[in-house]
Amino acid sequence: MARELWKGNEAIAEAAVRAGLEAYFGYPITPQTELLEYLAVRMPALGRAFLQAESELAAINMVYGAAVAGARTMTSSSSPGVSLMQEALSYIAATEVPMVLVDMMRGGPGLGNLAPTQADYFQLVKGGGHGDYRPIVLAPDSVQEAVDLTYVSFDLAERYRNIVIIAADGNIGQMMEPVEMPPLRERPPVGSVDRGWELTGAVGRPRRIAHSLNLSPEEMARVNASLQNKAAAIAAHEVRYSERFAEDADLLVVAFGSAARIAQTAVRQAREEGLNVGLFRPISLFPFPTDRLAHLATRAQRLLVVELNAGQMLEDVRLAAGAYAPIDFFGRMGGVLPMPDEIYDAIRSAYPHVGGNGNGKGKRSLPAGMRPLTGSWSERMSLN
Amino acid sequence: MIGNLIPVYERPHALTETVTHYCPGCTHGLIHKLVAETLDEMGVTEQTIGVASVGCSVFSYNYFNCDFASAAHGRAPAMATGIKRVHPDRIVFTYQGDGDLAAIGTGEIIHTAARNENITVIFVNNGIYGMTGGQMAPTTLPGMKTTSSPAGRDVKLTGAPIRMSEMLATLDGPAFIARRSVHNPANVNRTRKAIRAAFEAQRQGLGFSIVEILSSCPVNWGKTPVDALKFIEDGMLPYYPLGDFKVSEAMKALLRA
Repeated sequence: MARELWKGNEAIAEAAVRAGLEAYFGYPITPQTELLEYLAVRMPALGRAFLQAESELAAINMVYGAAVAGARTMTSSSSPGVSLMQEALSYIAATEVPMVLVDMMRGGPGLGNLAPTQADYFQLVKGGGHGDYRPIVLAPDSVQEAVDLTYVSFDLAERYRNIVIIAADGNIGQMMEPVEMPPLRERPPVGSVDRGWELTGAVGRPRRIAHSLNLSPEEMARVNASLQNKAAAIAAHEVRYSERFAEDADLLVVAFGSAARIAQTAVRQAREEGLNVGLFRPISLFPFPTDRLAHLATRAQRLLVVELNAGQMLEDVRLAAGAYAPIDFFGRMGGVLPMPDEIYDAIRSAYPHVGGNGNGKGKRSLPAGMRPLTGSWSERMSLN
Repeated sequence: MIGNLIPVYERPHALTETVTHYCPGCTHGLIHKLVAETLDEMGVTEQTIGVASVGCSVFSYNYFNCDFASAAHGRAPAMATGIKRVHPDRIVFTYQGDGDLAAIGTGEIIHTAARNENITVIFVNNGIYGMTGGQMAPTTLPGMKTTSSPAGRDVKLTGAPIRMSEMLATLDGPAFIARRSVHNPANVNRTRKAIRAAFEAQRQGLGFSIVEILSSCPVNWGKTPVDALKFIEDGMLPYYPLGDFKVSEAMKALLRA
């Protein structure tokens, strides 16, 4: 199939349609709204369910209903709207029904702004609602990858009866790129194939209950153990990442999504200038590619984490690689996007032969926005 | 001889053989039975998907013999919307109390009604939070003592009780909005008829239907079961008049037929 120019939000919507999306519920919020608008046309034309809800709260609970009813279902939003959805996400995780959420992250906290950030990593990856649960979180760095990940997200959601979150940002949602669309899947009508858990009416079978209330602590513990076992299975089988020049890198840049896309330019420039720099890009934020990163960290002399936040994935990088290599951090907050040059400067500063790690020649000077991981909280707060 | 006996009363097929957790004298059980008998009479029990709410009726999914989902507090109408949009040929109903529907879930019930979503809502109004031990609800009567309004509800501080049926009846969409009571046999029968009408509205695709049912809470009202029924009549009926607040033209035709 030929490549066509697609806007990120619309491309994701079309990919979901082609993956067999049967019911969409959403609410307008910038920078995600084109996704809703696209499906407002596309879904009814295919005879599929589309509804604009009165709030993100209602939208996610409609998704909850469609999910227990056995449909391929999805909603999309941006940071403040996703905050509103956290209660239902916890219920959905506990009930173990499949669904997909697209989050086009924007600046926060509060009403924030409309600019792209990655400041909701904690909320998305660590399970932002109450209780112990882990959504599968996939972070694309291009419109094509957003399409590809959205296309497989429904399969993953159903395989594990789990929430899958596409964690993108205003960059991915708003920019246009060439995309090769996957084929439109033919799927049997909702309810025609029984998987043993969906609510379709108890015709010729015992009734089913979809609930998340377990008053007995022992029963609640059993449910939790089951969720943790599932998370372990996901961690064993669904790790995704991408690498550029990572195997022999002395300095390994670690970044995801849009930050990785910008960092890639800086890494390439550094390579051209003879620096042994590589890029490691986690695609699945849960499960985090811990083992692979640890392996690379035993070879690299230093790591540089780049994020569009104050250092959130950084904590997972520390857990994975902190024992093997020193880690620096470069962050931009509030929707301010770094230029590749700024990341390049951060690379130059962190590079072992330039910085303080290898030759011990004086104190390293860090460019604006960059700090060593050992920095105190007050030092972190002085970031611009 | 037993083979010659004719059963005049049986447990509805749509109710499971489960002992309910409801307090002595509570009318939730009676309302469950009315809903279950309606589903059986219509022959739709196997085609029905219920949505339970949070509050005293949180366990209703254990008592109805049909597929059931359990919603987050107040969100049952949104969840039911999702189910109905996926399975428009199924009967979908929510079973909600007044804390769930008239407080935390006000937004969801209003917009579900405004969309004329083709579902049925059984709204049990006892004017108090029962499950958490008797706190003030938006439906608590003026002056009524609860654990969170120990001096009696002061409308100057907390506003006046919400009449949900009247409020929803201002919307153009809904097919059927009625308030009934279960404080005596005659009213139980009227409630049964209204529940049947509400589910028939849905079966005929006429849109949103809700039956608000005044119900007793002897334990949290601090009354005997008999006195609690009397309080429905003497205390609640003057504020919450019974009647049909919205009957769409299509629904009128259905009721005539």
